[in-house]
Amino acid sequence: MIEKSWLIPLLPFLGFLINGLGRSRISKKTAAVIGSASVLCSFILSVLVFFELQGSAETGVTVKLFEWIRAGSLQIPFSFYVDPLTCVWLLVITGIGFLIHVYSAGYMHADQGFGKFFSYLNLFVFFMLILVMGAGYAIMFIGWEGVGLCSYLLIGFWYKNDAYNDAAKKAFIMNRIGDLGFLLGIFLLIATFGSTDFTEIFPQAAGFQSGDGRLLAITLCLFIGAVGKSAQLPLYTWLPDAMAGPTPVSALIHAATMVTAGVYMVARSNILYALSPVAMTVVAITGLATAIFAALIALTQNDIKKVLAYSTVSQLGYMFLALGVGAFTGAVFHVMTHAFFKALLFLGAGSVIHALHDQQDMRRMGGLKKAMPVTFLTMLLATLAISGIPPFSGFFSKDEILAHAFSRDPLLWVLGFAGALLTAFYMFRMLFLTFWGDFRGTAKEKQGIHESPASMTVPLILLAVLSVVGGFLGIPEVFARQAHLLGGFLAPVFAASQEVLPAMHVPHSTEWILMGISVLGVLVSIGMAWSLYVKKKRVPAEDTVQRSGLVAWSYHKFYVDELYQALIVRPLDALSGFFYRVMDKRFIDGIVNGVGSTILAFSSTLRLLQTGRIGSYLFYMVAGIILIFLLNYLIF
Amino acid sequence: MITVILLLFPVAASLFVLAFPPARAKYLALTCSVLELLLAAYAWINAASVGGYQFLVDIPWVSGLGIHFKVGMDGISLLMVLLTALLVPLILLATFRRDIRKPGVFYALILFMQAGLIGVFVSLDAFLFYIAWEAALIPIYFISALWGGENRIKATFKFLIYTITGSFFMLVGIIYLYLQTPGSHTFDITAFYALSLDYQQQVWVFLAFFIAFAIKMPVFPFHTWQPDTYAAAPTAGTMLLAAIMLKMGIYGVIRWILPVVPVAAVDWANVIMVLAIIGLVYASIIAFRQRDIKRVIAYSSIAHVGLIAAGLFTLNVQAMQGAMIQMLSHGINVLGLFFVVDILFDRTGTFDRAALGGVVHRAPVLAVCFMIVLLGSVALPLTNGFVGEFLLLSGLFRYNVIFAGVGGLTIIFSSVYMFRLYKDTMLGGANELTAGFSDIRGSEKALLLIVAALVIVIGVYPGPVLSLTENSVSLLLDQVNAKLMNFELLSDNLLP
Repeated sequence: MIEKSWLIPLLPFLGFLINGLGRSRISKKTAAVIGSASVLCSFILSVLVFFELQGSAETGVTVKLFEWIRAGSLQIPFSFYVDPLTCVWLLVITGIGFLIHVYSAGYMHADQGFGKFFSYLNLFVFFMLILVMGAGYAIMFIGWEGVGLCSYLLIGFWYKNDAYNDAAKKAFIMNRIGDLGFLLGIFLLIATFGSTDFTEIFPQAAGFQSGDGRLLAITLCLFIGAVGKSAQLPLYTWLPDAMAGPTPVSALIHAATMVTAGVYMVARSNILYALSPVAMTVVAITGLATAIFAALIALTQNDIKKVLAYSTVSQLGYMFLALGVGAFTGAVFHVMTHAFFKALLFLGAGSVIHALHDQQDMRRMGGLKKAMPVTFLTMLLATLAISGIPPFSGFFSKDEILAHAFSRDPLLWVLGFAGALLTAFYMFRMLFLTFWGDFRGTAKEKQGIHESPASMTVPLILLAVLSVVGGFLGIPEVFARQAHLLGGFLAPVFAASQEVLPAMHVPHSTEWILMGISVLGVLVSIGMAWSLYVKKKRVPAEDTVQRSGLVAWSYHKFYVDELYQALIVRPLDALSGFFYRVMDKRFIDGIVNGVGSTILAFSSTLRLLQTGRIGSYLFYMVAGIILIFLLNYLIF
Repeated sequence: MITVILLLFPVAASLFVLAFPPARAKYLALTCSVLELLLAAYAWINAASVGGYQFLVDIPWVSGLGIHFKVGMDGISLLMVLLTALLVPLILLATFRRDIRKPGVFYALILFMQAGLIGVFVSLDAFLFYIAWEAALIPIYFISALWGGENRIKATFKFLIYTITGSFFMLVGIIYLYLQTPGSHTFDITAFYALSLDYQQQVWVFLAFFIAFAIKMPVFPFHTWQPDTYAAAPTAGTMLLAAIMLKMGIYGVIRWILPVVPVAAVDWANVIMVLAIIGLVYASIIAFRQRDIKRVIAYSSIAHVGLIAAGLFTLNVQAMQGAMIQMLSHGINVLGLFFVVDILFDRTGTFDRAALGGVVHRAPVLAVCFMIVLLGSVALPLTNGFVGEFLLLSGLFRYNVIFAGVGGLTIIFSSVYMFRLYKDTMLGGANELTAGFSDIRGSEKALLLIVAALVIVIGVYPGPVLSLTENSVSLLLDQVNAKLMNFELLSDNLLP
């Protein structure tokens, strides 16, 4: 089956072609069936690949398709490489992708661009699969930029709205900043290893000394790419804006899959990072800083999707923290559990938005518990999972990350723990504001409130089940002897780097204490949210109200967008005008025109003989020359 | 023989078009250009995969002066001929829905220009090269000056001053080289290659040639004729200039500078590359805020060509191969983009981006095609632009990391100005001008679909294009390196 794994991306691509080309002729129902079925088939194939891989002795299999680019000694074949790491992503992308396709059939049913929507979604799945299946960095880059394009297309899906178009454009451009880093990383890899293929690079790299300058440069460049794609500081501002896209898009692209591409890339390059301690530190600090920074912003946001967006940025930060402290398995584990509960949260939010006819402001919600029981219960489970309450999935993955952070440096643990407190607070704030208390919207909206159709609630329920039990794939040693199935599956991928990195050593007793503290802290945090938003029925102030102190900074997102406008966008635009009007038009053209008028003045003295038209001079000249030589040829 | 046919057939076609009634001119011209394309394809199929010249024809012409009618093609020439033969029919197709004044003359001029362009790419005699170089200029001058839009006189005048200045320097350079050849002198390119000039001589010849080529490409700061001329010329003229004619400059560097005066080229490489990369950043930044959509494309073209120019002087295989495929891709993409601009102007009567918007509602096919060409232009992987820019940047990186880092900004900048352009023209709500916009059909649709297909096909499977020039590029680099080695040995021996 692995040899035929090229079918996995091909099927969604065919779905894209059919829905894309036959847009006007295909009915909505057919479009939904084609779109979802192609991803479902890919999922089934991925499951087959998983079983085959588990039974096989090999770490990974390369499938060569054709030669893509060749120049001199550089050869870039178009090949796929399937190993356990790829396999985890395959299952997440196609599995969750399928559920979100089904959900979209319900969510988008009234939209004019239904077929287009499904074709874009399928195209996204195609590129995402290329990203994780590519056998080298160059092929990964195809998927990397391809998902960026799909993200652009889907954020700006409702293209009548100029604000949405701006958000889409911003996402593409900020991603491209990261992509330049990625490209430079690829060039460095070519210069160092003479290839872009994983199977060429990693064995060679394993022979390098730890701290090698070339590896450091490579890993830092690649990390710039990851920062862009996975929305880390300082390139994260596109992700909250990306919420302009339809909610299923936010769930699939901007929570579960695309934004985790950076984590995939670092995990894939684990040996390179393991040999670059400085890069590891940079990754860890960036991740931790992003985790806390985004969580602080999430505390005061009132748009339900914005809360989730900042939460995603923050959770991605945890994943990078994990990578930076060498907990590669923990990072992948958190990618997986996060995919479950964050996709669920977004889809649940979509269900609420759908019921309230596109209302996204939590100040206009409240008391939806009764009317939307399925949405409420599933979202509650997801919120418990993300907050880290045992035995829900997020608890295990977050605990693994924090334990590794502790073994590296207790301070990392303290900060990570602080972030976890914030997470629990803003998530329950969101839950309480949405589902508890009285409804705060208009009477007309209240009448229309309804639970979503089955095509939407069934994916919610399935994701809720995964969010609850998903953690059992990675139970830590302190709980059970048969610990960490996922870790065992992934072990061959990280084997080389685990030899380099110091092993994690936290005594079981310490781990119990840390766990206890973090669960207790989270419960207190939830209690505070409860007393504020349920007991005291606090509703966030309207936008017009002046805020002060830290609240104002959080509410205004620390003015980062404004800062970028003032420091980068506006100066560049001003420079544009300056270059054009002053440099081009006055300076360079001034010189040219000066020369030109000199020539004109000179030619006017010869005017008696000439017609004055440069074109005819030229014509006569060349015609004359040709004539002379033709005559010459005839005579000699 | 095929080379001569390729060169003379467009001349014959041009006379043929003049001889028939003007109403038929466009169909005749298109048929002839398609035949020319088939001829070029025939040559491609029959070309052996070797580095040297093939299909050579060498007839003594003015024996007293050592002038030969010597033409032939290696892989590089063949690529350029294919580029010309492929794009001319598309350019003709782009004019189909327009009523053109004096169509007979117009189409005859385009075909005559094609002959000049092919002449530039196949000439192996410097004198012949110079004639072809100037012969390509005459038709484009008339096309721009007679069929152009606003400001055409002023713009074409500026264009002429620039080009004639460049040509003059080149002519001096050619004559100088001619006088250095042994015996009774010759313009034969192989004799030029065999010359061993000292450093001073090389530098002067280098500068003489380079100014001509730099103006044609154009390289910063010789570029200011270009946006004005592109804006003033009729669309067919703009396409001829941007898609094909500027490649004369790039080709000139490859054929007449690198192997002839390699020492000067290596020595001046840093200066040229810095200029080219400054131009890339400079033109991109200007493109950010141009209101005139035709000028946005014009400045973007300067940026893309800047990267090619920088790549040429790295003298490594990757950048050189990247330059080859990027010449083809740039031609295709810029043609597509100017055609989109032309369609927008045709329907709305304005080049002002602020007045446009919301076209996608009424013209989804146009919007999709535009998006595909745009992606090629911003070098998204699996489009034609990526292969070239990836190889160019990769080669540049081997030469100098900082050049590649700054040159790589094109990845970011191109997406800024292109996506801004797309948003302002295609997206958003429709306004009075665009509310009645009709989608592309007939010849417009055929043209844009062909362009979009080329963008993707070359991007997914660039193998045939890369292997076409592969051997010639390595042969060229071998020649250059051999000459460099030789020069070093000689100068070492001369030292006391």
